[in-house]
Amino acid sequence: MSPETIRKDFKIFENRDIAYLDSGATSQRPYQVLQAVEDYYNKNNANPHRGTYDLSIDSTAEYDKARAKVAKFINAKRPEEIVFTKNATEALNLVANSYGLEHLEEGDSVVISIMEHHSNLVPWQKVTKIKKAKLEYMYINDNYEITDEEIHKKITEKTKIVSITEISNVLGVKTPLEKIIKRAHDVGAIVIVDGAQSTPHMKVDVQKMDADFFVFSGHKLMSPMGIGVLYGKYDLLDKMTPFLMGGDMIEYVQEQETTFAKPPTKFEAGTQNIGGAVGLAAAIDYLEKIGMDNVEQIENELLDYAKSELSKLDFVEIYAPKDNKNQIGVLSFNIKGVHPHDTATILSSVGVCVRAGDHCAQPLIHYLNVPATCRASMYIYNTKADIDRLVLGLNKANDMFKKWRKD
Amino acid sequence: MICLKNGGKTKNMDDMDSIYTDLIMEHSMASHNKRKIDHPDKCEMGHNPSCGDEIELEIKMNGDKIEDLAFTGHGCAISQASTSIMIDTLKGKTKQEALDIIDTFIGMIKREIKDDAQLEKLEDAIAFKNISNMPARVKCAVLAWHTLKDLIEKEDTEDKK
Repeated sequence: MSPETIRKDFKIFENRDIAYLDSGATSQRPYQVLQAVEDYYNKNNANPHRGTYDLSIDSTAEYDKARAKVAKFINAKRPEEIVFTKNATEALNLVANSYGLEHLEEGDSVVISIMEHHSNLVPWQKVTKIKKAKLEYMYINDNYEITDEEIHKKITEKTKIVSITEISNVLGVKTPLEKIIKRAHDVGAIVIVDGAQSTPHMKVDVQKMDADFFVFSGHKLMSPMGIGVLYGKYDLLDKMTPFLMGGDMIEYVQEQETTFAKPPTKFEAGTQNIGGAVGLAAAIDYLEKIGMDNVEQIENELLDYAKSELSKLDFVEIYAPKDNKNQIGVLSFNIKGVHPHDTATILSSVGVCVRAGDHCAQPLIHYLNVPATCRASMYIYNTKADIDRLVLGLNKANDMFKKWRKD
Repeated sequence: MICLKNGGKTKNMDDMDSIYTDLIMEHSMASHNKRKIDHPDKCEMGHNPSCGDEIELEIKMNGDKIEDLAFTGHGCAISQASTSIMIDTLKGKTKQEALDIIDTFIGMIKREIKDDAQLEKLEDAIAFKNISNMPARVKCAVLAWHTLKDLIEKEDTEDKK
């Protein structure tokens, strides 16, 4: 299936004449996903787990079906290892506040990378401060890679937790997950993988990678906003205390004491986002129909094209590895001497949607020593025409600024 | 001209020309107000966390009058130009005059003040009127003005102590 054919499923492109290059922030949704959500509310909506009547039972069945679909999609051993959350951020906070607070001791270290999104950074600052543990960073070299040496230097016998993104949301580069996870397990640490930027774009196999926890957001994967996933190995989830307390996550509640339900229910307090889960399941169906291999191929081809077209513009600076094999369809760049916010405003005037700023990764932006970047992030509905429009916009921005710029 | 189907609205490059005017472009690159003041009376940091714009304003008073005003920092063309134009406009004004002009500027951007006679006191800063059409950039235009307002009001509270 070509991106041109796929694009027809996304009605937003009938309403807005745009080159949408901000899927790293949130994706667009095909009508099949929106239809599934509408169908759920029209045909099966009730509060699951509560009613004894058929409708509530059907709602529960839809929710369970979605959970099983997610489990299969990322190859979890069993559906009970899938906890639905609001998004990846909530999932990371859950692990930090539950597992992190319970297992860290003074002098221990938590290791993350300099490429983390704030959601995989700020929660660890909080728990390491409380537990007087150390927060350590694995840095990248000039080609945006975490070297073997860096992995071995930072992940040590003191390390109890490694929390690492699979793909940088700013640079699009893949981290050496296999090596990091092996090293972490060798020293007895557990590993949390932030799959927010990877899961929508490539095949994920949590058993093969041997992640202890894995998180992603639905809204970057063509689902409605407000649904996300925490995968955890069952034994780990079973031993953890719940993060949020409330209805449905309990077993017995007495006036002073409560016992909790088994995973995943004990982490799902309150009425859950069933419509969102149904939408996520429909998005997974949609992706699987295309095939994750094809998804990767479509995006790789487009990234190659974007990188080669932007490289032709001598006024543009690209922040990406030389080689494309470790990069997915995320590309950071700047027009030399022009602030990314101005670039993005002018791009918007020709209908190009890119993000400009620090992309919720301020430590990385400081480390790269740039004030901010423009980021074009691609998905299966993007075509070469979108990239051509980006190039047109960049030329326009450069034309507007060049006579004022002091080189 | 490129016109876009945009949920009913159309936008085009003309909008850009009404924002990135020669005056704004010139000020965004100008350096006469981008400097440190010797022994400033006060300084104040302004920060826009969503885009990383950061400025530091320094002020030197002579009695009730703003004798000198300067800034350092980095940001987009809109925030840099807005800061520079603000400094040109407010230097030599009294605190009360400055606060009045700041409120008028913010009122113009929020579209609460539309009367040209009222806007006259903004002098060159009236060039930012069209920014109100671009919600994403409003914060860039008002950063320096809010920062200076905080600075003057803080000084006032300290004076009264």
